[in-house]
Amino acid sequence: MNQIPKEVLKNFYLTMMRIRLFEEKVNDLFLKGEIPGFVHLYIGEEAIAAGVCQNLRNSDYITSTHRGHGHTIAKGAQLKPMMAEIFGKRTGYCKGKGGSMHIADFSVGMLGANGVVGGGYTLAVGAALACKMQNRDDVAVCFFGDGASNRGTFHEALNMAAAWKLPAVFVCENNQWASTTPYRTTTAVENIADRAVGYGIPGEIMDGNDVFDVYEKSARAIERARTGGGPTLLEAKTYRIKGHFVGDPELYRSKEEVQRIFKENDPIKRFKERAIAEKRLSEKELAQIDVQVEEEIREAERFAVESPYPEPHELFEDLYIEGGVNNA
Amino acid sequence: MRSITFSEATLEAMSEEMERDDRVFIMGEDIARQGGIFGQFKGLPQRFGFDRVKDTPISETAIVGAGVGAALAGMRPVVDMHFADFLGVAMDEVFNQMAKIRYMFGGQTTVPVVLRAPDGIIRSAAAQHSQCIESWFLHIPGLKVVIPSNPADAKGLLKSAIRDDNPVLYFEHKVLFPMKGEVPDGDHLTPIGKASIARAGKDITIISYSLMLHRALEAAKALAESGIEAEVIDLRTISPIDKETIFESIAKTKRVMIVHEAVKTGGVGAEIAALIAEEMLDCLDAPVKRLGAPYVPIPFSPVLEKMVRIGIEDIVKAAREIC
Repeated sequence: MNQIPKEVLKNFYLTMMRIRLFEEKVNDLFLKGEIPGFVHLYIGEEAIAAGVCQNLRNSDYITSTHRGHGHTIAKGAQLKPMMAEIFGKRTGYCKGKGGSMHIADFSVGMLGANGVVGGGYTLAVGAALACKMQNRDDVAVCFFGDGASNRGTFHEALNMAAAWKLPAVFVCENNQWASTTPYRTTTAVENIADRAVGYGIPGEIMDGNDVFDVYEKSARAIERARTGGGPTLLEAKTYRIKGHFVGDPELYRSKEEVQRIFKENDPIKRFKERAIAEKRLSEKELAQIDVQVEEEIREAERFAVESPYPEPHELFEDLYIEGGVNNA
Repeated sequence: MRSITFSEATLEAMSEEMERDDRVFIMGEDIARQGGIFGQFKGLPQRFGFDRVKDTPISETAIVGAGVGAALAGMRPVVDMHFADFLGVAMDEVFNQMAKIRYMFGGQTTVPVVLRAPDGIIRSAAAQHSQCIESWFLHIPGLKVVIPSNPADAKGLLKSAIRDDNPVLYFEHKVLFPMKGEVPDGDHLTPIGKASIARAGKDITIISYSLMLHRALEAAKALAESGIEAEVIDLRTISPIDKETIFESIAKTKRVMIVHEAVKTGGVGAEIAALIAEEMLDCLDAPVKRLGAPYVPIPFSPVLEKMVRIGIEDIVKAAREIC
């Protein structure tokens, strides 16, 4: 930790707090009935997106999941158009056509959340292939969950990326739950990272609730990808604190157990305690970030609430480029 | 004008577009070292290198998905499906990702991918290597679907598809690959979305595409001998359908038949018949006729396979029923 610049430490906290408070706000607004559709929260897993994306630059790519707010924020997307998108407003990232499960920000290399579990792997492989073909030293990072690791796309994508030595990094967020099904009831291996052997690439386990561990291990994998070493499979061990979606009655697990895990292993709490104990950040510095983020969230909410909904003529826009076609 | 094969025409299109734009590349199974099962990629890797003409693992899902991902990162991939039937393996990547990414993300990006899909019945290839599945893609907003019948359009449509910023499915009938035909010199482009009149006539409109177009033209010759002058439309693009050309022809002939090799039920003919019923019913002097394969998978035995293929006589007979 002593080698990590103070600005980076502050950024860890800023990113994690943005994700946490953004999602707490989304949770409240959804329960009040102000947000349509479904939202899947990343609360408790913030250290993974924050730690990995700290090693990325704007021209690098990520692909995300249905639980994608955290990745999107960590890759540098703006909170206002994110919140507006979640409301279905025309000022949203996708002009209200995507919603929570389909936020993308191509201007920062965020190639999209994905409503199909395991849908992002092959897109990341393609983006990595493009980087290689264009002789860029950019990389593509694919975030996915333990549930998605049982899709066939996992195998096809990892094999292809390994065979072609592509600049890709696969980050499994093993939060122990595939929707409502516990990890070990559907998967025989204890660690997803062990599967790396089958592709001839390195596999490494990270403490997904420790931003330092994620940052350091993903830095190595990303650097390896950047310098022509090929892909790595990383597995962040974590725990899904919220239900599969907001409103999930969570009859499949004990609420007390979840709260106990969160209390003991909240990644933000752990970061704070360590940063203060090792005298790298003061309470005051952290509190200033809290105030900044609270204000950002208020502004994002105001922006989303005050923004207009799409106009009827927008229905057919952006289907095809150059005027579009339809048989209607 | 030169006479070259359909396969050579697609090869010319690939070479010219790869020469013109270094973002264009092609990947697929057995295309580089082997040259493609119909010779349609022969010499391409020697000219452009094995990085731009890529042999892939047998991973249709990853091939299509990586094509889409590469397009999002600035490339213009052409993906060869080996056989159209294998599109089924990659269907999520085709219809949930490729077709929807532009719309779903509010127009932030384009998805310039071409999927080449060799289709159709050939030499008892049986149920999983013979299908015509083009109509599936008509039902998915966000895609364009082209299906040439001759070398000139094979070249012109492939070049247009590669230059199009939207995802395009390019169906090429396996029987057509060795077929020769005249192809204009130079930068020949066939517009997407525009049908052509393959034969002018006044008594009945026969709408077809791909291999069946040739059967329809033969049938028109036979019909002419008995005084029926058929107008034959080569659809060339099935999404979007060129309603204008179809309706203009029907306004003249008052009779219409749609012929395709694909299963009749839920086929392209069903969509066209419905469009005609909605907008042109008053013009018609006879019911719309559709010819397509019966509702069975393609059987192996040559005796049975012959029964699902549309012959010239079938078209002549059906036309006579409404003329």
